[in-house]
Amino acid sequence: MTGVAMVNSGLSTFEALLMGVIVFAGSSQLAAIPLIAAAAPMWVVLATGFCVNLRFVVFSAHMRPYMMHLPLWQRLLSGYLTTDLSYVLFTRRYPQHGGTPEQLLAQQAYLAGNSGVNWLAWVGCSVLGVLLARLIPMAWGLGFAGILALLGILFSLASSHLRWVSAGVSGAAAVAAFALPFKLNILLAIAAAVAMCLMLEASREAAGPGPP
Amino acid sequence: MSADTDLWTVAVIIGLTLITVLTRTLFFISSKPWHLPHWAQRGLQYAPIAALSAVIVPELVMTQGQFIQNWQDARLFAALAGAVWFFWHKGQGQAVLGTIVTGMLVYLPLHLGLGW
Repeated sequence: MTGVAMVNSGLSTFEALLMGVIVFAGSSQLAAIPLIAAAAPMWVVLATGFCVNLRFVVFSAHMRPYMMHLPLWQRLLSGYLTTDLSYVLFTRRYPQHGGTPEQLLAQQAYLAGNSGVNWLAWVGCSVLGVLLARLIPMAWGLGFAGILALLGILFSLASSHLRWVSAGVSGAAAVAAFALPFKLNILLAIAAAVAMCLMLEASREAAGPGPP
Repeated sequence: MSADTDLWTVAVIIGLTLITVLTRTLFFISSKPWHLPHWAQRGLQYAPIAALSAVIVPELVMTQGQFIQNWQDARLFAALAGAVWFFWHKGQGQAVLGTIVTGMLVYLPLHLGLGW
């Protein structure tokens, strides 16, 4: 799916394959595609990808105790290959970290196998999507499937009222500030939404404990 | 359509890869325990959904940099159908995939058939 979206946005076959194989983060790829197509400056594309990926920072804080007995290069490799799905499955299978060397090895093996299968499936589907996308006319507008995928991911992240506020403020600000050059409306919208939610949180705390 | 490979795009792709590594391993890099400041920890709760919304909403409601002038737009109905599917099947494994499929099933006939 992401493969189709990449080709439809005008990436070359090589670029689309490279992106699918090495970036290995569907949501930041999909978010970057419209910005690349609009020739936004590189730092705006990267900053947007960074913000979409910030959820992984939360995962990495949680996974840290499972990882620190490994050498640095293994930590970096395991982390790089751990997607949302692997993270959820792994922490469900092993709610407690640590234990005997055998248990540590079992955890590591589970994560490596899980991420390995996930990586193969992802790369296989990306390659298939990129190749099939050549057969479908551009006029069908299949690139829109990428936006729908992002919409689905947005809904699955919308787990609290304040997160809905964040999405609403950000979407409205991105439209209102659309005339800004270099796609800066995206970064402005993110900053406005995060600032708004932090202020709402602070005023809630100041009001004291009340109904959640 | 076949585009040419250019160095700028390849550089962006490599940059995005480094960002994937950095965000997924941020807390694995240093062996000393450390914490983010409180505001940054809280900000992490809201930034990803804000980033997605900032990318999506203009793609749904704008054409050539203008707010759309009429409601006969395949994207609006597709997004609505996708949303209905998602919240109907919430908590089941393939809700995101269903959002894409339902949305496209609404989008393609309207876009290709009626030219919306």
